Amino acid sequence: MTDLDELAATSLAAVEESADEKSLEALRVRLLGRKGVLTGHLKNLGALPVEQRPAAGQQINLIKNRLREAIELRRLALERDSLDSRLQAEKIDVSLPGRRRASGGLHPVTITLDRVTRIFRTAGYHIAEGPEIEDEYHNFEALNIPENHPARAMHDTFYVEPGTVLRTHTSPVQVHVMEQGEPPFRMICPGRAYRCDSDITHTPMFHQVEGLLVDREVSMADMKGTIVSFLRAFFEEAVDLRFRPSYFPFTEPSAEVDMSCVGCGGPAKAKACRICKSTGWLEVMGCGMVHPRVLEMSGVDTVAYNGFAFGLGVERLAMLRYQVGDLRMFFENDVRFLGQFN
Amino acid sequence: MIFSESWLREWVDVPVGGAELVESLTMAGLEVGGRTPVAGEFSGVVVAEVVAVEAHPAAESLYVCQVDDGVSSHQVVCGAPNTRVGLKAPYARVGAGLVQAGEGGGDRKVGAVGIRGVESGGMLCSAEELGMAESSDGLLELPADAPVGTDIRDYLKLDDNSIELDLTPNRGDCLGMLGLARDVGAMMRLDVAMPPDSEPAATLEDEFPVRVSAGKECPRYLGRIVRGIDLDAETPLWMREKLRRGGLRCIDPVVDVTNFVLLELGQPLHAFDFGKLQKHIDVRLARPGEKLTLLDGKELELQPDTLVISDGAGAVAMAGIMGGMNTAVSERTSDVFLECAAFAPFAVAGRGRAVGLQTDAQQRYERGVDYLLQHRAMARATELLLEIAGGEAGPVTEALGEIPEARQVRLKFASIARVLGVEMPRGDVLDIFARLGFAALEESAEAVTVEVPSYRYDVAIEADLLEELARIHGYDKLPLATGLNRQNMGRAPENKIGLERIHGHLVALGYQEVVTYSFIEPDLAGRFGAEAGETVELRNPISRDMSVMRGSLMPGLVQTLRYNVNRRQGHLRLFETGLAFGRAAEGFRQQAMLAGLIAGGREPKNWNNSGETADFFDAKGDLESLFGLGGRISRLRFAAAARLGLHPGQCAEILLDGKRAGYVGALHPALQREFELPAVFLFEVELDALCRREVPAAEEPSRFPEVSRDLALVVGEEVEASDIERTVRDAAGPLLASLRVLDVYRGGAVPAGSKSIALGLTWQHPSRTLGDAEIDHVISSTIKALQTGFNASLRN
Repeated sequence: MTDLDELAATSLAAVEESADEKSLEALRVRLLGRKGVLTGHLKNLGALPVEQRPAAGQQINLIKNRLREAIELRRLALERDSLDSRLQAEKIDVSLPGRRRASGGLHPVTITLDRVTRIFRTAGYHIAEGPEIEDEYHNFEALNIPENHPARAMHDTFYVEPGTVLRTHTSPVQVHVMEQGEPPFRMICPGRAYRCDSDITHTPMFHQVEGLLVDREVSMADMKGTIVSFLRAFFEEAVDLRFRPSYFPFTEPSAEVDMSCVGCGGPAKAKACRICKSTGWLEVMGCGMVHPRVLEMSGVDTVAYNGFAFGLGVERLAMLRYQVGDLRMFFENDVRFLGQFN
Repeated sequence: MIFSESWLREWVDVPVGGAELVESLTMAGLEVGGRTPVAGEFSGVVVAEVVAVEAHPAAESLYVCQVDDGVSSHQVVCGAPNTRVGLKAPYARVGAGLVQAGEGGGDRKVGAVGIRGVESGGMLCSAEELGMAESSDGLLELPADAPVGTDIRDYLKLDDNSIELDLTPNRGDCLGMLGLARDVGAMMRLDVAMPPDSEPAATLEDEFPVRVSAGKECPRYLGRIVRGIDLDAETPLWMREKLRRGGLRCIDPVVDVTNFVLLELGQPLHAFDFGKLQKHIDVRLARPGEKLTLLDGKELELQPDTLVISDGAGAVAMAGIMGGMNTAVSERTSDVFLECAAFAPFAVAGRGRAVGLQTDAQQRYERGVDYLLQHRAMARATELLLEIAGGEAGPVTEALGEIPEARQVRLKFASIARVLGVEMPRGDVLDIFARLGFAALEESAEAVTVEVPSYRYDVAIEADLLEELARIHGYDKLPLATGLNRQNMGRAPENKIGLERIHGHLVALGYQEVVTYSFIEPDLAGRFGAEAGETVELRNPISRDMSVMRGSLMPGLVQTLRYNVNRRQGHLRLFETGLAFGRAAEGFRQQAMLAGLIAGGREPKNWNNSGETADFFDAKGDLESLFGLGGRISRLRFAAAARLGLHPGQCAEILLDGKRAGYVGALHPALQREFELPAVFLFEVELDALCRREVPAAEEPSRFPEVSRDLALVVGEEVEASDIERTVRDAAGPLLASLRVLDVYRGGAVPAGSKSIALGLTWQHPSRTLGDAEIDHVISSTIKALQTGFNASLRN
């Protein structure tokens, strides 16, 4: 065995024994680097007799190639090992909760208002808002409710000063819009309204959406069609509806809209239903053809135009939609209640 | 309005059952609130006569009676105090089924039993036992001519219901059987059989002078003297039953008769004790300071817009509302003065409520009583009173005010299809009008003009006639149309951020929306102050807790936090949007605001955080992030400020383009301690400021390298970061692309009273690479500006 053979054998053994990528790299440099052992041998070829040089050179190159190959193989093996152990070491408990900000939520009244406005917006209605401290003219007179009208008693009005009230409905917003614009009108007025009344089924503040459509040739059939489409869109089911005559000073004819009970399904199955008191029907909206006097007072030409208006209670819709049993929950703002709508 | 179903059926031969009748009424606009049987469910009870009564041998309070039920004689033991020979009373035969009184009472079979050693077969019944009264103190006394052996259900027409109508205020005409029957006749196209008119002859000549001074308020006033009535006379059972089924109590013949006419015709009447009236009757407005003690004992100082009935001595009644105590009919009265009047709705409306009264008369007058009805009602009342209580009547004295003119309304037939969306045959239209009492005055191919009947105060224009047609035709029969699909392009304004966007952002930031009352407790309101102008107070609040309009949304949020902290829900982010109110120079300020609150931990304590508590910069950061929605952060400035309710050292006003748009700060520690709350941070900002946005105009990003330099400065504590920032921006030239505050450091090498602030600056040129020399130049002028402005030194 020559020196070179011995060098090859020990080097190969050292490669196999190298424990990590770093020592392997050091070994490679020592053996194959520019100042490495084998490079040294090649440099020393000149010291050999001329006839021996080709064979020795060939042998050295052969060893170099073998070592290069072995080192590469070893490197790959070591890399694989170290990746494996790194993966082992970096294993995490993926079941721990994520680093997140606790999410908030919207109030069910807002959620309901948003849905109502979205549905009407798609039908070309625009959203109008107005003041909550309102003058009696816009809250009452302009809506055909003169002083001492029995309907005023039903409104239980909060007064801020003589002639100034907290609006008892959002209808005055329609008056403002009609006074300031030109027909046709398609609008809804969502917002807070106030009545001096507080018991299980009344809160002194509540939310309403009032709607108005004024155009040429509008009929009650159009009004019925609009309300039926709206309620079916809102409840996402083909609820049964009935329209019955009622009275609002600002509409004529006027109607109350009853919907088949969400609890029992309607009058056919209404035995012992707490939601509808076993009548099978729930009052959900009021509506009617806008009283010509209301249009006139707001400067709308009643020969060319007529229209319909409607009003709905937002809390009422939210209660029916989300099975809320007690109106007062909406204003207690218990986050354990509110959080259920997120 | 409550009425007996069988009474209605006496007038209109309704061909449908009770449930269907109820449905028809509701669907024609006379909403039914309830329908309840007028008696219990029982059978086997007949009219019987007590033919003999003996004392019970073993019980002092019991009688042993022989009762004839038309078939045979029965021995019945009975304890009723009115048990007597000759009495006719309901008798439950052996085997009869009675319903037990009380909630959920089951059937009870009447049997033959021994009562304290005496045999008793069957049972004599009280009204209570038949489910006709809440309580009774004796047997139900039947008229002397009641035919023995007749089933009591047939005899008293007990297969009847009381129907309660929730009438809308426009339908005063249906507050009596007359009007109700007319409407039902129209809705079912049936004729109405009315009781015949009668005019009892006046047998006295006595008259009492009557005058109407307030003619507009009182179109018509009728008076009549009736002498020698017997107030002890018994109101007949048929009338008592009709009153009971109409929800009225029996009092005495005079009250019962006037109440009966009220139910039958819808006409209120009043009876004065004639002996207590002086000189004459005058219908006039109350005089200043005039006083009246009402029947119920209430003493009033009358308002000058109150219509009164007065005699020679002063007011004796609030017209159409309630009579006075001094002239009231009493047990000793034998001569009465009957009043039957038409008062205008405007003259009565609201006057009762103003003094806390709600009477049947007032309810009718407010809504309108037929001004042609008085003679008929007076005749009817007189007839019944004489029949029941005897006496003799004088002639009717009439005084007239201004009788309203009958309105005429024209209906174009084409309007029916146009407004109702349905075609109606002309014959149907005219038939409906005729049945409702609208006389056709003039007819043409295009239109009909009708005269509005005197009882329909609610009909004045064509739309009113259309409603009549629609409701009698049936709203449900009107088609559903969707003819409004004309294209109507929506709007998508970009210079405003929708509230939905702000809502969504706040929710993502962890905020829960709340909705609190707009009126709050005045002391709480005072703690936070009213931002602009004086607080708005309610004149008639529900309670002190809800008596002032909120000047800020902060107190409502703090209140909500307290509510939830008491329920162990302390780590919260809350927000609300809504108006804040204040008095302005002219009128009121009603400003839409957004307010937010952070309490407790920044995040709920978790395995990967140490439950750090939130601080001022959490609230401020959320606000900045909100303003970022509109791309307006760079126009925002926060300046130290003071605001009631907030920590004086941790409060900033929010300036947008230099104009105040709100506040952010820590809840004042004194309030925090008092309310037992964790650390609380609040912000409130005008919604308008937050919603505004500019439509973006894009610039091409520079393709040339950025140059960054960091600066560490030492400045005095009093120097605010925003001052430094402004100075740097001014000095660092237009090419400064970004400026960040990297660090704020105190202690160590930094002398006390000073702080070190590290800034990261980046420059970039849009069209070329910046040279080091240029940057060195701006840096040195920047440093110079900072040295001059804040005596800043560089730290290494």
